[in-house]
Amino acid sequence: MAKPKVAFYWCSSCGGCEEAVVDLAEGILQVVEAVDIVFWPVALDFKRRDVEAMPDGAIDVCFINGAIRMSEQEAMANLLRRKSKLVIAYGSCAWMGGIPGLANLTSKKAIFDYVYHQAPTISNGSAVEPLPRTDVPEGELELPEFYEKVKTLDQSIEVDYYLPGCPPTPKITLEAVEAILKGALPEKGSVLAGDRALCHECKANASKPEKLLIKEFKRIQEVIPDLSKCLLAQGLLCLGPVTRGGCEARCLKAGMPCTGCFGPLEKVHDYGAKALSALASIVDSRDEAELARIFDAIPDPAGTFYRYSLPASLLGGRRQVTSDK
Amino acid sequence: MIRLAETAGKLPGVVVSREYKYACSDPGQDMIVQDVRKYGLNRVVVASCSPHLHELTFRKTVATAGQNPYLFHMVNIREHVSWVTEDPEAATAKAEALVKAAVLRAAFLRELEPRRFPVNPNVLVVGGGIAGIHTALTLANANKQVYLVEREPTIGGHMAQFDKTFPTLDCAACILTPKMTAVKQHPNIHLMTYCEVGEVSGFVGSFKVKVKKYPRYIDEDKCTGCGECIEACIFKEGKTPSEFDVGLSKRKPVYLSFPQAVPPIPVIDPEACIEFKSHKCPKSCVEACGDRAAIDFTQTTREVELEVGAVVVATGFKPFDARRLPQYGYGKHPNVYTSLEVERLVNASGPTLGQVVMRDGRKPESIGVLHCIGSRDENTNRYCSRVCCMYSLKLAHLLKEKTGAHIYNFYIDMRTPGKGFEEFYKRLLEEGISCIRGKVAEVSTWPQSPAEEGKLVLRVEDTLLGAVRRIPVDMVVLSVGLEPQADSGQTGRLFNLGCSSDGWFLERHPKLAPVDTFTDGVFLAGCCQGPKDIPDTVAQGGVAAAQSLALIDKGCVEIEPVTAFIDQEICSGCQICIAMCPYTAIQFDSEKSVAALNEALCKGCGTCVAACPSGAAQQNLFLDEQLFAEVQGVLV
Ligand SMILES: Cc1cc2nc3c(=O)[nH]c(=O)nc-3n(C[C@H](O)[C@H](O)[C@H](O)COP(=O)(O)OP(=O)(O)OC[C@H]3O[C@@H](n4cnc5c(N)ncnc54)[C@H](O)[C@@H]3O)c2cc1C
Ligand code: SF4
Ligand code: SF4
Repeated sequence: MAKPKVAFYWCSSCGGCEEAVVDLAEGILQVVEAVDIVFWPVALDFKRRDVEAMPDGAIDVCFINGAIRMSEQEAMANLLRRKSKLVIAYGSCAWMGGIPGLANLTSKKAIFDYVYHQAPTISNGSAVEPLPRTDVPEGELELPEFYEKVKTLDQSIEVDYYLPGCPPTPKITLEAVEAILKGALPEKGSVLAGDRALCHECKANASKPEKLLIKEFKRIQEVIPDLSKCLLAQGLLCLGPVTRGGCEARCLKAGMPCTGCFGPLEKVHDYGAKALSALASIVDSRDEAELARIFDAIPDPAGTFYRYSLPASLLGGRRQVTSDK
Repeated sequence: MIRLAETAGKLPGVVVSREYKYACSDPGQDMIVQDVRKYGLNRVVVASCSPHLHELTFRKTVATAGQNPYLFHMVNIREHVSWVTEDPEAATAKAEALVKAAVLRAAFLRELEPRRFPVNPNVLVVGGGIAGIHTALTLANANKQVYLVEREPTIGGHMAQFDKTFPTLDCAACILTPKMTAVKQHPNIHLMTYCEVGEVSGFVGSFKVKVKKYPRYIDEDKCTGCGECIEACIFKEGKTPSEFDVGLSKRKPVYLSFPQAVPPIPVIDPEACIEFKSHKCPKSCVEACGDRAAIDFTQTTREVELEVGAVVVATGFKPFDARRLPQYGYGKHPNVYTSLEVERLVNASGPTLGQVVMRDGRKPESIGVLHCIGSRDENTNRYCSRVCCMYSLKLAHLLKEKTGAHIYNFYIDMRTPGKGFEEFYKRLLEEGISCIRGKVAEVSTWPQSPAEEGKLVLRVEDTLLGAVRRIPVDMVVLSVGLEPQADSGQTGRLFNLGCSSDGWFLERHPKLAPVDTFTDGVFLAGCCQGPKDIPDTVAQGGVAAAQSLALIDKGCVEIEPVTAFIDQEICSGCQICIAMCPYTAIQFDSEKSVAALNEALCKGCGTCVAACPSGAAQQNLFLDEQLFAEVQGVLV
């Protein structure tokens, strides 16, 4: 039997997901052995035209990481979709928009204003901004278009499966590859990770008090947490209860509260809203002033609760960009 | 409506859509049944009036048609659209959006079974006025156990304070005290006076009620009601204004509200009793009580727990406080009285033994009775208190009979709509009472002529005469209106009752469900629902009893399955929900490391559903997908 043809591609991402593939360590050897990598710009010298030359559906599985920020990414995603039997959104940016998606709290204009005009390190005398098309004596230049909003991969193309994580862990990556090789994939559209929230695999869960109520949020630099006890119960803003498990509670083992990179569970429609309503529920006060004080300890609520999922949220981002900061 | 039906017909999944004027009527329901059968429909949406009124009707219709009744959804285009949206175009568009929302939601409805619970056959009646008394007796006669909770030391309510009752002028005590005694003697009535309801939990058919029993300092089981303690009290004369006589007489620290009080057990007022103040009283009362040893200064407030299936709230009214209208001089001019005071004054067993002697010791030769004090007035209460015209005429008659004085009744409109009322009014006119149409502007003591010297002068525009008049009188009677009890808001919260904007408890439907409330199993009787006279109060008490009986005799109640449930396959055992549930319906199953919900305890408040970060806790009839579909229908 011919080895399955596999492609990797990156859109708007930090490169960490690519790193994660390399991070498979010995595992990568098994993968390389079992599959035929036909496209992986970050590691191997393939060109777009190589993909274009393939017949439609020639690629068996394509892993795409990163969000869709620019037209070129969307064009590549479309191309790969056409050429691939399965497309897997690899990592939280591809699934939910991820960190680049936080740009949806502002506008394209505000980003351009800052990046091309106001940033202290910028000296842009003629105040040029990148344009999709520019005429120069040599002819017309073309640049990818910078979209107004960051999109998730499945807001651009049809996606078959999702691998969560920032980046996905070696374990879930290998398991996914295994499932693909064995043809043991679940229902289309599934997220290939745990199907319960992280608490379920957290050792400290059993230590929870009878009634989990919080009077104060602490920040990680302020305390040395007791790792045998639930971090949330210690006042650390751990998003474990809201976040899909499957990561083996790696951060928690290192004393780092969960920031939610594995995203929401299947029944949750909006990660940030759910996180907020769950946490607001357990805050133990009815006094407005005290409540305000308790929540003041969360300096960036949007960035905290929608860290990985703003473009995938119900609102998708800020709806009206106001001039005030 | 036709347009609405047309647009609805084009929505996804809609097989048939119809416009029908009275969908809730028999033919209307029949049409639904026929359609369900003919087209094999498995979802029904009705857009009409309030689900409060007809959701049940249509659920039954759907069941009749052979479908699960919970595959029905109702759109309230009466309250949500017709009554609040004026522009017909906007209203139709809004109705279309709501219907779309309902249709999209309906697709996600699931088959459910109502929960059945047995009904506890005992009934709690709150308030021992004539309403509560009549309700309790009716229920007790039907062999139900009744707990009658009254916060005063005696039952009887306002009626016990009256002399005669309109329009027949029968003596209030003669018709009331036999009923009070019957309450005391009835084996099925557990009378709890000097008690108040402190807490209510549970639901229709099984309410748990905590009653606070205030200390009387006299043991109800040991006291024989001989009254010797009162005689023996070291206070030879009373010093405390009598509540029952509205301050027109004084009572001792140990007292019986009135001779026919039920139960006939005195109370000790710790505010007035020397023993409580100084512990130095010779306690002649204790001595007088002797071997019966009923007096117990160590009593404290106790809590009694009751379990009942139905509740009748009959907490009555409070008279309007005449001090709020200083232009009438109540509290300033001694000879200005409220109607309730006059009820006591003309009463043969009242503080003056029925002699109408004014506070200054004189007998009045002319009296002005002012209707509508604190009623039909933009500055106080806008509503008509319904009984004041009639009781003002009654008092005019009694005062005339007792004093021979000349009596003026000042009215805005004379309202006598009741059996025998108009005849009573005619009779009064024949008796020579002067009825003047006009609202008195002021009661003053500044004479402008020798005839006004030493008199209370009423300034009034006589609207029939078309002239402003000054009428000097000796005595003024303010016919105060009826207001909700001062603590009605609190009572309302206890039993989850709504209030009208005036503060009266809200009946479920003003015409068709006049004693039901929006809390199943809680009924209303008497003036707590709105001003009314004794005949209407008694009638309503009877209806409240009948409704309670209907509930009890059914034996079990069906409760909408709006409960939450936890999908243990999804639950991560994060335990966030556990502290949230106000009814402790959720526990941690440490074996499976997940949360477990006890459906019997769940009230369907939805708190856990909002809190659960996994989406494991969900609520029947409010599933996420149902709500999202609904929102989508409205917005998109
Ligand atoms: C001056 C005057 C004269 C009137 N004359 C007539 C007349 O001649 N004929 C006529 O038909 N009508 C007359 N009425 C109207 C009549 O008073 C009412 O129709 C009748 O009293 C209503 O009875 P009720 O039981 O609803 O209320 P109430 O008589 O007010 O009784 C309510 C009872 O509930 C108790 N209660 C209140 N709150 C609580 C609580 N939280 N817990 C426990 N117990 C509570 C109160 O202590 C009271 O005993 C007159 C009204 C007034 C003001
Ligand atoms: S809905 Fe949830 S929180 Fe509310 S009563 Fe039921 S279990 Fe408790
Ligand atoms: S909140 Fe949800 S996930 Fe957490 S224990 Fe309760 S049901 Fe389970």
